[in-house]
Amino acid sequence: MALPLAFTWAEFGQQVTSGLASGAIYASLALALVLIYQTTNVVNFAQGEMATFTTYVAWTMMHHGLSYWPAFVLTLLIAFGGGVTVERVLIRPVEHRPEIVIVILTIGLFIAINGLVGWVFGPEVKAFDSPFPNRSVVLGGVSISVQDIGTFGVCLGTVVALWLFFRLTTLGLAMRAVAFNPDASRLMGVRVGWMLALGWGFAAVLGAIAGMMAAPTVFLDPDMMLVVLIYAFAAAVLGGIDSPVGAVVGGLLIGVVINLLGAYVNFVGQELRLPTALAVLLIVLVIRPSGLFGRVVVRKV
Amino acid sequence: MRRWTTPLLQGLALAGAVLLIAVLPRFTSEFRLGQFTYVGIYFVALLGLNILTGYSGQITLGHAAFMAIGGYTAALLILGRSGFELLGHQASHVLPQHGMRAIFTIPIAGLVTGVIGCLFGIPALRLAGVSLALATLAVAVSLPAIAKRFEHLTGGGGGLSLPLPHAPFGWHVSTPHWLYYEAWVCAGILFVVAWLLVRGRVGRAWRAIRDGEIAAVSSGVSPAVYKTLAFGISAAYAGVAGALFAIQVSYINPDTFPVTLSLLLLASAVIGGLASLSGVIVGAFVLEFLPIYAQSPPLVHLHFAKQAGPVVFGVTLMLIVLLIPGGAASLLVRVTRPVRTWASRS
Amino acid sequence: MSTLLELRRVEARYGPIKALHGVSLTVADGEIVALLGANGAGKTTTLRAVSGTVRHSGEIVFEGKQIARGKPDAVARAGIAHVPEGRGLFTQLSVWENLRMGAYVRGERRTLRAEAPRVFKYFPWLERRRDQQAGTLSGGEQQMLALARALVGRPRLLMLDEPSLGLAPTVVQEIFRIVKELNVDDGLTVLVVEQNANVALDAAARAYVLEVGQVAIEGQSAELRRHEGIRKSYLGY
Repeated sequence: MALPLAFTWAEFGQQVTSGLASGAIYASLALALVLIYQTTNVVNFAQGEMATFTTYVAWTMMHHGLSYWPAFVLTLLIAFGGGVTVERVLIRPVEHRPEIVIVILTIGLFIAINGLVGWVFGPEVKAFDSPFPNRSVVLGGVSISVQDIGTFGVCLGTVVALWLFFRLTTLGLAMRAVAFNPDASRLMGVRVGWMLALGWGFAAVLGAIAGMMAAPTVFLDPDMMLVVLIYAFAAAVLGGIDSPVGAVVGGLLIGVVINLLGAYVNFVGQELRLPTALAVLLIVLVIRPSGLFGRVVVRKV
Repeated sequence: MRRWTTPLLQGLALAGAVLLIAVLPRFTSEFRLGQFTYVGIYFVALLGLNILTGYSGQITLGHAAFMAIGGYTAALLILGRSGFELLGHQASHVLPQHGMRAIFTIPIAGLVTGVIGCLFGIPALRLAGVSLALATLAVAVSLPAIAKRFEHLTGGGGGLSLPLPHAPFGWHVSTPHWLYYEAWVCAGILFVVAWLLVRGRVGRAWRAIRDGEIAAVSSGVSPAVYKTLAFGISAAYAGVAGALFAIQVSYINPDTFPVTLSLLLLASAVIGGLASLSGVIVGAFVLEFLPIYAQSPPLVHLHFAKQAGPVVFGVTLMLIVLLIPGGAASLLVRVTRPVRTWASRS
Repeated sequence: MSTLLELRRVEARYGPIKALHGVSLTVADGEIVALLGANGAGKTTTLRAVSGTVRHSGEIVFEGKQIARGKPDAVARAGIAHVPEGRGLFTQLSVWENLRMGAYVRGERRTLRAEAPRVFKYFPWLERRRDQQAGTLSGGEQQMLALARALVGRPRLLMLDEPSLGLAPTVVQEIFRIVKELNVDDGLTVLVVEQNANVALDAAARAYVLEVGQVAIEGQSAELRRHEGIRKSYLGY
């Protein structure tokens, strides 16, 4: 396979860094998926669409004169509220039903939000401002865009903030306890229902961040997050659906690998990046069904 | 004495349905007939989906991808190498030189797609629940990209235009009538096949696997065989539906069967009622007519945007899951209970 | 002695199966009361009814007030600590994090700072192993951690479900010794469910024997020890 680009370290470095930036976006959304899976044992297929919706909300605020960072923070608050509401209203009634039922519910949410976004905001593609200047810095001979640095920083910063929250605060501990053993948590006086709602709230915030970081590059349209969602899923599953660390590592890994594959493997090019990544993922899953970091579940007869 | 009353009622209902389908073309406009043809096509697709998800418990978000495979198979066989090259593409040598009659491509498309489905089913054995949903979603999202890339197989992004369909063998039937009957005869045959499978040993094995794979093993059922079989059969149904669709529209391109369709197929199956053959017909009607009525509801002189369709679809699906998990079919059971109790008593 | 907990004609069911057919019992402040009976008699279900983790009917009165139905977290906040069958530890969290969760019911930080020294007095080894993952402890250590965790919340009533299950006799003795000590030193009221009637009657002042979801026999421990039916069925001689 002929390499389309003459291989230089500078070029390689560039692909890696931009891969890390897009990987950070996948990691954020993947972490959102894992967070929800760990607490409510549900895979939220609508996570991407919820992110799209909140990104549109941010766009609307900015369009009406609000400057970037205030709009950003306000969007996160709205996203949090939205996530909590969805859990309490839609998921709570079906908490005890089989997994397949809740998956279908989130698919219904996916379909509805996807349509709603197009209906309320219009299907035309819109431009989304980036808070980061359109410059590049040169580090060690590699040209890195400030946008990529900013994206990486914001996403990973949020991830670290969440990690600290879960490790250090009482509420964070309670949420972890609920994820591991909700029945015992109840006996400790934890209001399990609200912990689950909080989990959804945080996940929605992560999604909103992923959306707002992705929008400047992929442009704002109703299907914006579909591909990101698939990569995020792939990252979550690759890392082990119950491992937050795995989700983040998986996301970054996928971001970098996709970029490198697309740049250096002629066969893949631009169009087949997604199918190739998914093929690799499927191979990994068939060999190791619980992902790289996941706990192996032994099915005892 | 009582035992034959329920099957009798079911038989009567079925006979009534068959009669209705047979005489419908005399009473509807050509446009409506086209819509009912789509209902028939969706019916076939949903039968397959229900077999996979409803009866054998394997969730799929990629059913439309198998429809695409069936559609492309049919399209390529109809064109043949000559037709394909006429459209300006380099044809593969696998393709026969001359195109064949559309009607014969339908079972071949079903077979090809069925085999591919089985092949997919084998690695899918290692996946369950979430991972399987993701894998099928991956297939659905990847297929358009793959189709665009491999132009010499699929005609690339531009798609394939097929010659306009008409009744074969010189039969004097108008095209819309012909397409309608073609779809519904396929639907009827495949319905009988599905019914026989579901009520027989295979269906019992599927249900055992769906309800508890480990328990199924201890009753001598081999999950691997039956799960793969379910994938294959469901894919074959999708392939037939895809072929019928391509013939109906006389065109196919990578975006004819998008991800959204896979999701809507699943949604329709659930709304109709999983693991229920009578729910499938409801699902087929919902899939065809709900988007239309969401955009322009009857009786009200309002016109909504195109996106009203998905919104109503999604909301309906959520309401069904929340309130009537068995779907429309379970409602039907509840509604007809007084009739059936009366029938079995008198 | 005032009555701390009272159950009046409590019934409970698991779906279509009725587990309790009207259980009435009392636990006075500062007592240790044992709940005995064979497998399936309804002992665990009784505790679950109190902590609200199973649907029940009938009255359950704690400290003179009716317990809120179906809200285990409210029951915990009222001062009832339930150490369930199987201990209910957070096996993936550390010893210290488990203790922190025990303090959650009363506001974690402050409570743990105040109560930790007291708990470490009874279980000194816990302090040395604070960062060890709870799931890697031995069976006896896990039971003691579960007990410590319950104590951290300064409960008024401690309910123990089969603390001796799966443990060696010496470990069981140690656990009951600590329970008795807590009862004497701090006036901790205890309701303990046990299949091991011997060790339970040793520690408890009074006991109830459940059979098929109802109280069959009740009385002082000493009396019950002499009771022929009990001796044959539960004490083995």
